[in-house]
Amino acid sequence: METTASPVRQEAREWIDENFDSQMSLRAWLERLADSGWAAPRWPAEWYGRGLPPEAATQAYAEFNRVDAPGPPAGLGIMLAAPTIIANASDELKRQFVRAVLVGDHAWCQLFSEPGAGSDLAGLQTRAQRDGDEFVVNGQKVWTSGGQTADYGMLLARTDPDVPKHRGISYFALPMNQPGVEVRPLIQMTGESGFSEVFFSDARVPASAIIGELNGGWAVALSTLSFERTSLGSETGLGFRLTAPGGSRFRQQQEVSVGEFIAAAKASARSFGVGGVAMTAGGIAPLVSLARERGRDTDPVVRQQLVRLYTLASANGWNGQRARAALRAGGRAGPEASLGKLMASRIGRQWRDTASLIAGPQGMLAGRDGLLGGRLAIQALAAPGPSIYGGSDQIQRNIIGERVLGLPREPDPSRTLPFRELKIGTQAPAAEES
Amino acid sequence: MIFAFTDEQRELAAILRRFLQDKSPPSEVRRLMQTEEGYDPQTWAQLAGQLGLQGLAIPEKYGGSGAGPVELAVACEEMGRALLCAPYFATAVLAAYALLASGDQAAAEEFLPSLADGTTIATLAVPEDDGAWTTDGLRTRARRSGDGYVLDGRKSFVLDGHIAGLILVVAQADAGPSLFAVQGEGDGLSRRLLETLDMTRKQAVLQLDAVPGRLIGAEGSAADVVARTLRHAAVALAAEQVGGAQRCLDMSVEYAKIRMQFGRAIGSFQAIKHMCADLLLEVESARSAAYYAAWAAEEQSDELPLVASLAKAFCSETYFRAAADNIQIHGGIGFTWEHDAHLYYRRAKSTEVMLGTPEEHREIAAGYLIDRAAEPAPAQR
Repeated sequence: METTASPVRQEAREWIDENFDSQMSLRAWLERLADSGWAAPRWPAEWYGRGLPPEAATQAYAEFNRVDAPGPPAGLGIMLAAPTIIANASDELKRQFVRAVLVGDHAWCQLFSEPGAGSDLAGLQTRAQRDGDEFVVNGQKVWTSGGQTADYGMLLARTDPDVPKHRGISYFALPMNQPGVEVRPLIQMTGESGFSEVFFSDARVPASAIIGELNGGWAVALSTLSFERTSLGSETGLGFRLTAPGGSRFRQQQEVSVGEFIAAAKASARSFGVGGVAMTAGGIAPLVSLARERGRDTDPVVRQQLVRLYTLASANGWNGQRARAALRAGGRAGPEASLGKLMASRIGRQWRDTASLIAGPQGMLAGRDGLLGGRLAIQALAAPGPSIYGGSDQIQRNIIGERVLGLPREPDPSRTLPFRELKIGTQAPAAEES
Repeated sequence: MIFAFTDEQRELAAILRRFLQDKSPPSEVRRLMQTEEGYDPQTWAQLAGQLGLQGLAIPEKYGGSGAGPVELAVACEEMGRALLCAPYFATAVLAAYALLASGDQAAAEEFLPSLADGTTIATLAVPEDDGAWTTDGLRTRARRSGDGYVLDGRKSFVLDGHIAGLILVVAQADAGPSLFAVQGEGDGLSRRLLETLDMTRKQAVLQLDAVPGRLIGAEGSAADVVARTLRHAAVALAAEQVGGAQRCLDMSVEYAKIRMQFGRAIGSFQAIKHMCADLLLEVESARSAAYYAAWAAEEQSDELPLVASLAKAFCSETYFRAAADNIQIHGGIGFTWEHDAHLYYRRAKSTEVMLGTPEEHREIAAGYLIDRAAEPAPAQR
């Protein structure tokens, strides 16, 4: 039912009427959108946003989606890098990077995890050593999503090994297109390649590209991780249904007209990934159809599991609605806001297990022989991912236990020792010998 | 707006919490649960007189406050948290909704005001010896006798049935399952208090031998009345379970912060910390489900039958898990009579199966989600 348009909705509608033009180039549209503040309406008004609360932004997005207006490029730039820069960096860096994300000049990757520093992120060993106006970077990162196509990386590197581990880390905006950076794709257990290893051999980054303070990178990293947790647990995403290609490698794809882009995007519209759909209450629909086709919809065990899946996905959505209602009422979001990521990984597993129950022996098949066009097998293989990436379920439980419930932290002697003395990563064997 | 509590609703929760801290501390719960009546008449009168709680679901024209399912959920959550010993669920939820659902205006005018002002304790007697909340296969019979009816049979699992002044009995009449008002002290009625796992809420078995009953609503209409009452009762019980589950989590977290072993608080061990974190996820999700169902009831939404059952199933399992984990986190002291953990464990186990097991409620939900899946997905609102 159409209700009277809210002021935000009305304002967005008027702006779209005046500015949206399917004849203009996609690039020109992205620039217009960025400069108007509608590309990222929740960001502060002085940094290409409109300072809108989440509910109002959602209403604005609905107006843009009504006309299929493409939004700024999706990815780690808009999700993590730009919000981190807005919250922590100098105005100079904000000017350099924020708009470039929205108009699709820069794609970003996250250079946090290392082979020896996963859950214990602060134990990272990649070094950045000062050399005049620059830092020289050596080391290795891993699980880097979008590493092959990124223009910049959010790099955490050790700038002082003689102080405890959390106090000697700096956060850089590192240019990826340089000789000292080598990106090697990794193949994950699904057989797809979504991330890479990144090796630094005397890579260079200007000292002016430090986000936050020298050796103050841990606090900045925590803000990035908090943006990451929030977005991984939410079912709504960033708002625009269609998003433009972004990053210098896709720059020429922005030269098409907006109209051509929309037509092509719709023609090739991928069905939503199973993982994404499983997150919402609608995620049981393909499984209900499958159960019916296979005559399994009357099996009481199947019915119980389908309803369990629907309940978890609904509860996750309701938790989000409750958090937003609390914010709208002027209060603080309750603990339910921090629970989404943990719930999301559980929902993925419940989807997998319910699908497997329905599929029976067919669950052994994949690809062209697999059920749901192979999606069932893909989700079976993808399900272990969400409980690891973006902070494992175990780390999420630590965060909830300590920050929400106020339980004491695990004693960690490594917090107070100089980093150099820790048995950590590749330092461990050396420390053993000494 | 869903999930947006009004200032009045928040105030209700705060006032009731203070009231219950004062009137229903654990010592009082323990005293009352070992009495036959199982409630304190003075507290009961104050709940009605000072707070108007018995009439939350009752319209103003019948002497209630005309609030609604959201306020009722708020009240039940607080009572569940405090394990209040009182015939509130039987009177203010089951009996009140059954009378309203019957559509019998004369009965509503006659009975509801005395429920609302706390002078009558009432209950709804549906289950028989098998404990099922169904109107199928009723063995209790109603036959015409003169101008009215008399009832024969046995009703069991009747909440507060041993003290209720008004008992709404579902019995098989010629035209089908029908609802009858029976006086608690009437001729031919014998009542026995059942020994129950949860001592904080009493149940009785009623033997009816030619007990006079007054027909409520049309003869043969009780199946629908019971179904509608059950939906509201499931939502209120889910809210009560959330209150209890939250209290269990709070007890666990408080204890995990002060109990020292191996030279540190046990809450610093991930084994305990992660149990607590998982419980928080469960309890918050259960709360969202119960509130969502309460708003669906408030808005008389078409999805109430679905979400009432989803909420009851989910909140039941959450409460039991919280109550069981609470004992585990407390270790030996949690297994003792003197610790309150077992009182919640008993309530959790009992309410888990009351009004239908989680499996039964999920099967009800499956009817909507799987068998009628052609209809629009209800939660997409």
